[in-house]
Amino acid sequence: MIINHPLLGPRDSSEFVYLGDASLIARPDWQADNAAEAFYDYAYLRDNPAGEHRELWFHEGGDRSWLVVTRNTVTHEITDVEMARDVARAQGRSK
Amino acid sequence: MHDLVAITALGGSEPRVDTVGNVTCTEVPAVALASVAARADRAAEARKALAKLTGASIPEVGQFAGDNVLAFWTGPDQWMIEAPFDTHEDLAQQTKNCVGDTASVSEQTDAWTRFDLEGADVPAVLELLCILDCRKMEPGQTARTSIHHLGCFVLCQSAISFSLYGPRSSAGSLRHAIVAAMKSAL
Repeated sequence: MIINHPLLGPRDSSEFVYLGDASLIARPDWQADNAAEAFYDYAYLRDNPAGEHRELWFHEGGDRSWLVVTRNTVTHEITDVEMARDVARAQGRSK
Repeated sequence: MHDLVAITALGGSEPRVDTVGNVTCTEVPAVALASVAARADRAAEARKALAKLTGASIPEVGQFAGDNVLAFWTGPDQWMIEAPFDTHEDLAQQTKNCVGDTASVSEQTDAWTRFDLEGADVPAVLELLCILDCRKMEPGQTARTSIHHLGCFVLCQSAISFSLYGPRSSAGSLRHAIVAAMKSAL
């Protein structure tokens, strides 16, 4: 499997480490009134789709950047690769 | 006054040199290193400041640039600065003075060890060592990769001359891997 790194081009998947669902970027506000409920959801509840899935990969054997990879869990086809920091900033995070 | 003798990463008083066939692997201890990571939204300012330090434009993705003081790309908005140890022992401080609050600087001198590979068949050795397509690398290109399960930087000086940076604490393992690859390939 090849992951098309946005900066470095096509790289073998053996250079990468998988973390999990890209929704992990959206860490809840710990000071919110419903923080306990939100963290329960954040930590334990995941969708398990047979199809398109956005997930976090770490380029450990490369430039050590985090990526958001859109992968089809049925066919393993990768349709999109973004820098996780760009995704996070677009969501208003990592200020 | 203490009278301590400096030793290299491999423990010798002189840099270790290994030759197999036409390829020579030389330990290079006399370099000072500092890593620079631009702070959020300050990358343009950090690049400008660093350019004054290296006297060259700050390298883009996968490149290195500079002569006496050299910068190589290590990640998005991150660079490693390399300079001769004799004249730049306080490289991290010099770099910090230069970039101010546009970037964070870490001393890296004793975190890494450098090996220079030279000889006509260096690409054949690197083929065994790492996953990079080193035959396609141009002079001035750099990449981070795994060698012997160690995260290393590979700098292409020319088609037959490469520099490798690996973790200093694993210098012996890295040298073992390089020499084993040299013996296998040549």
